[in-house]
Amino acid sequence: MLIIDCPYCGKRPEIEFSYGGQAHLARPQQPAQLDDQAWAEFLYMRTNIKGVYAERWRHARGCGRFFNALRDTTTDHFLAFYKTGEPRPTLPAQHERTT
Amino acid sequence: MNAPIDGLRTPSGGLVDRTRRISFSFDGRSYEGIEGDTLASALLANGVHLTGRSFKYHRPRGILAAGSEEPNALVTVSRDAARVTPNLRATQVELYAGLIAESQNRWPSLERDFGRINDLLSAFFPAGFYYKTFMWPRKAWKALYEPVIRRAAGLGRAPTHADPDRYAQRYAHCDVLVVGAGPAGIAAALTAAASGARVMLCDETAQFGGSLLADGGALIDGLAAQAWVRQAIESLQSNRRVTLLKRTTAFGYFPHNFVGLNERLNDHCEKPPQHQPRERLWQVRAKQVVLATGAIERPLVFPGNDRPGILLAGAAQTYLNRYGVRVGTRAVIVTSGDDAYQTALDLKAAGIVVAAVADLRPEAIGALPEAVRQAGIEVLPASTVLGTEGDLRVKAITLGRVEAGSIQPGQRFECDVVLMSGGFTPSVHLFSQSRGKLQWSDALKAFVPAVSAEQERSAGACRGVYDLGDVLADGAAAGTAAGEPAATGAAQRRFSVSAPKRGSESYLGVLPQATSPSGDKSFVDWQHDVTTRDLALATREGFQSIEHVKRYTTMGMATDQGKTSNLNAMAIVAKSLAVAIPQVGLTTFRMPYTPVTFGSMAGTSRGDLFDPVRTTPTHAWAQARGAVFENVALWKRARYFPRGNEDMHAAVARECRAVRNACGIFDASTLGKIEVVGPDAAEFMNRLYVNNWANLGVGRSRYGILLREDGFIYDDGVVARTAADRFHVTTTTGGAPRVLGLMEDYRQTEWPDLKVWLTSTTEQWAVIAVQGPNARLVLESMVEGIDISAAAWPHMSVARGKICGVPMLLFRVSFTGELGFEINVPSDYGQSVWEAVFAAGRQHGITEYGTETMHVLRAEKGYIIIGQDTDGTVTPDDAGLTWAIGKNKTDFVGKRSLDRASMKAADRKQLVGLRAKQPGVVLEEGAQVAEKPGQQPPMILIGHVTSSYASSVLGHSIALGLVAGGRARIGQTLYVPMPNGDLEVEVTSPVFYDPTGARING
Amino acid sequence: MADATTRSLPSAAATQWLMSMPPAARFVLHGDAAARAAAAPVWGTAFAEQACRAEIGNGRAALWLGPDEYLLLSADIESEAALAASLEQALGDLPHALVNISHRQFALEIRGPHAATILSGACPLDLDLAEFPIGMCTRTALAKADIVLWRTAAEVFHLEVWRSFSGYVTGLLNEIALEFHRV
Ligand SMILES: [Zn+2]
Repeated sequence: MLIIDCPYCGKRPEIEFSYGGQAHLARPQQPAQLDDQAWAEFLYMRTNIKGVYAERWRHARGCGRFFNALRDTTTDHFLAFYKTGEPRPTLPAQHERTT
Repeated sequence: MNAPIDGLRTPSGGLVDRTRRISFSFDGRSYEGIEGDTLASALLANGVHLTGRSFKYHRPRGILAAGSEEPNALVTVSRDAARVTPNLRATQVELYAGLIAESQNRWPSLERDFGRINDLLSAFFPAGFYYKTFMWPRKAWKALYEPVIRRAAGLGRAPTHADPDRYAQRYAHCDVLVVGAGPAGIAAALTAAASGARVMLCDETAQFGGSLLADGGALIDGLAAQAWVRQAIESLQSNRRVTLLKRTTAFGYFPHNFVGLNERLNDHCEKPPQHQPRERLWQVRAKQVVLATGAIERPLVFPGNDRPGILLAGAAQTYLNRYGVRVGTRAVIVTSGDDAYQTALDLKAAGIVVAAVADLRPEAIGALPEAVRQAGIEVLPASTVLGTEGDLRVKAITLGRVEAGSIQPGQRFECDVVLMSGGFTPSVHLFSQSRGKLQWSDALKAFVPAVSAEQERSAGACRGVYDLGDVLADGAAAGTAAGEPAATGAAQRRFSVSAPKRGSESYLGVLPQATSPSGDKSFVDWQHDVTTRDLALATREGFQSIEHVKRYTTMGMATDQGKTSNLNAMAIVAKSLAVAIPQVGLTTFRMPYTPVTFGSMAGTSRGDLFDPVRTTPTHAWAQARGAVFENVALWKRARYFPRGNEDMHAAVARECRAVRNACGIFDASTLGKIEVVGPDAAEFMNRLYVNNWANLGVGRSRYGILLREDGFIYDDGVVARTAADRFHVTTTTGGAPRVLGLMEDYRQTEWPDLKVWLTSTTEQWAVIAVQGPNARLVLESMVEGIDISAAAWPHMSVARGKICGVPMLLFRVSFTGELGFEINVPSDYGQSVWEAVFAAGRQHGITEYGTETMHVLRAEKGYIIIGQDTDGTVTPDDAGLTWAIGKNKTDFVGKRSLDRASMKAADRKQLVGLRAKQPGVVLEEGAQVAEKPGQQPPMILIGHVTSSYASSVLGHSIALGLVAGGRARIGQTLYVPMPNGDLEVEVTSPVFYDPTGARING
Repeated sequence: MADATTRSLPSAAATQWLMSMPPAARFVLHGDAAARAAAAPVWGTAFAEQACRAEIGNGRAALWLGPDEYLLLSADIESEAALAASLEQALGDLPHALVNISHRQFALEIRGPHAATILSGACPLDLDLAEFPIGMCTRTALAKADIVLWRTAAEVFHLEVWRSFSGYVTGLLNEIALEFHRV
């Protein structure tokens, strides 16, 4: 069970959170303008990174807030937590490998 | 009772109380042990080595070890039919008066075992035997192979009754968790606690001290080892920030320093305290972990190395020094290092004849070998073992001499025990589970922790530090660092130690053998009966990865997970592949370190507490009326209210007629409710739901549909606007949490600019549905503040008022097709108001009805149930609900997906009615629908039945189904293939009852 | 007719260590700092800006549940409607959401030297006084139920539980506590 550092409440056990999938996917402003291919990309295509992954969590059994985290999928160690809407933080170079 | 063999118990010494005798039984025979014994030490004190039969060959097996690594002596301990615990290691079972233990994997008895024939036929049971043999014919599996294999392969037996014991769980948090209370762990706990940290110290055994408990002569800070342990533990006990856990196994190491501990509270008690849990699962979150898990003595691999009476040398020393038990009368010791020489001295001092110490090294020099020679024991360097003799107990050993690379026959010694020592293997299981990186040490011939993955450090023997002084210092340093991770250069605690220097020489792989070795097997994995030949066969057949060799030979896959065998196996595989050991790799260590009971894992999650049972405010009333309940999500809902001898069919038929002809009352409290409030509430609802909410007036409601972004129906429900900035949204019973989650997701992450908030009000309101032509008659005299006349208050009206003097939100709404109202009152008033409405309705024929009747009534009207008539692939159009979609809306969640060509295809499955040609036949829900009759599998199928009921009101059965191009097929005859032939059905409109909606608007 | 309408409470736990609390008026207030500033004088307590903290006074409490979400508790159930009205009036046109949830949940109080240990049988949080001090409150998990946990004294915890979970939560706590409070 991971420890997740909610930007609002602090460090809490994973059991209080729900996973929200890949972060930084914005719903298109005008979906009607997208062709089928582009819409399908938005709907279904997700990255599956070995390395640092930006993902969403929700403190569902806590403050209720969605937020983002950077997690190294090879170690399950978190490298950053940040609020929804904030840009993805830049990490020290050794962490920025994404394969 | 069998008299104990005289003289096996020493007259004094050890941590046992000879004045307290304990009787117990093993395989139906009574024995006597003493307080402080394990089952293994007590059996050995009675001269019993034979404790089991091996897994595959059913060879007689004896006690090999003294701790949790024991591969052979697996027993089933039982108190009664419900309390039967199989696969316990006799070395860990603490003796109590009346203990009943049985050996396993033998039939009919330990001494005479039919399965032994497997050993004689073993040429036919090589590695991979099961994969190769039991392939065909297929029918033979059920009839022949499986029953035979199951009986032959069984390990223990399961209890026949439900477990009556209680199991507890606890979350715990600490600064430093120390795993293992040997010298390193105790030293670590002392220094960590001295820094003021919250410390937990656990050990899998009944006594703290680890190897010190079996140490005859060491002095620490001037105290005898066992006295030092006592003093240290007392000091820890007096610290309120320290938690000490005996009989507690750290079985799993999970990410972020989450460690699972299994504490056995009373398995050692003759009479467990009544209210005490039997076991407790600790879920520990530690800021820092110190692993002080020690090391396991490595057995030697030679022909016939598995006979009862062949033990690890360290185990023999433990039995002697800790339990006061001589494991035999005449011993031969085979060793790769100095450690076993101390054992030789201890044994001789206790009166055991040590016939010889066979040393694998070319020379046996140094203080300990010299002391052994001085004691008159023959020391034979450059030795190897060529074979052993004995059936149920070893009776002789034949040594060989390694000379210039060749093997010369050596002496044969008669003996009743052979003690072997191949050095030590650090216990890196938990370290490896934590994803720490191991490194091969040529000096130690073992893997040791190299790079930690967590806030963790290993100390003592588990990282290859063996000498007692070093072990204590290592533990102290680890404890200091863990207790004050920020501090640097803290003074290191030193211990003054006087103890014989411990050697670290160890041996790996098979002992040197002549080119044509004796016919007997050399075992590598005792518990799974894996021999050197099996490993050789596996590599010969092309398996090169240790993970593949493991699966092919089942090496290390038994309940002991290869604690005593893995490294020897790797060495043998490496040699036969001619590569270095690190290249062979190490198999993955997995939790649990030792088996954990299901009871411990389940904890309180059983019986009534397995899942929350949610009940509504009218639950007690429904119970008193004899309702039959069904589970809907976590809720208990009244399904029907049988009267007299009614079955469900009869009760539902009566309830349906009552609603259609008079009036019914139904508890709809479980419907999810979400209050959507804020100046942007209407905009939020517009973006989310398919409907147009801008034009919904205050005091009006509408059937709402929520899609996922992929265009498929996610949930539905009536949505009321109770103020300009306030919507009361209802959801399905099971959908409430996920709808709120989806709403929050869009609100917070896509549209954070909207001023709108969501609050679950599901449980704020008790919802009493009053449905039927008489519904208004029942309510008009009760409702205060709302004119509910047909003219003033049309269908889908909503208003606040009062009923029975309490505040009410009243809906005119119907899920039955009849004139209907839903009374929402604060939940605490639910039962009281329900009773008042029921009383007032008596004169109008009011009848309580349950969910089954609700289902029939809504199906008669063609109303869908999410998750029954939809399955995550149904669009609003598929369900015939296009009318609900707001005209001229440019966007809502899922809209873009609805515009994809495939979502508009004419042959999509559409909701239709299905009417069986035989009116009494109720189709099976889930049954398939075919266009052509008389097909044989594989059939061409075009749809399926989603809902199906007998309709007492219509006088025939009805069904809803999803059928390809269904709406264009109305009037066609289709076929529902069933085992006894096709059922003819007519495709109809899904609305079977009152298609004009006259009644609902009445 | 109002006289005949009785409240049926979801839980009647009454032991030395576990008590059902009397009914209370409860509201969820969502809104930003301006809304809180407007509501505070009417409510009579401050609204903690620190996460997971409760403010109390005059039989009222305001518990931080989220950055824009507070749980308001009042022991005075008679003035529930009046309280809501005066809060709405004070909040006026400020963006906010005030929702009455008086009946959605009920309260339990766990007290005594074993209180934290009993909760730790099902709650994953660190309840050491230094880590979970008096005045701390949060939504969290109690096994398979969601609760609001609020430490009101060193050995007293206030739990807010959705009413349909009453049987589960009281049953679970009793089961866990059995080894401490023998019957
Ligand atoms: Zn939070």
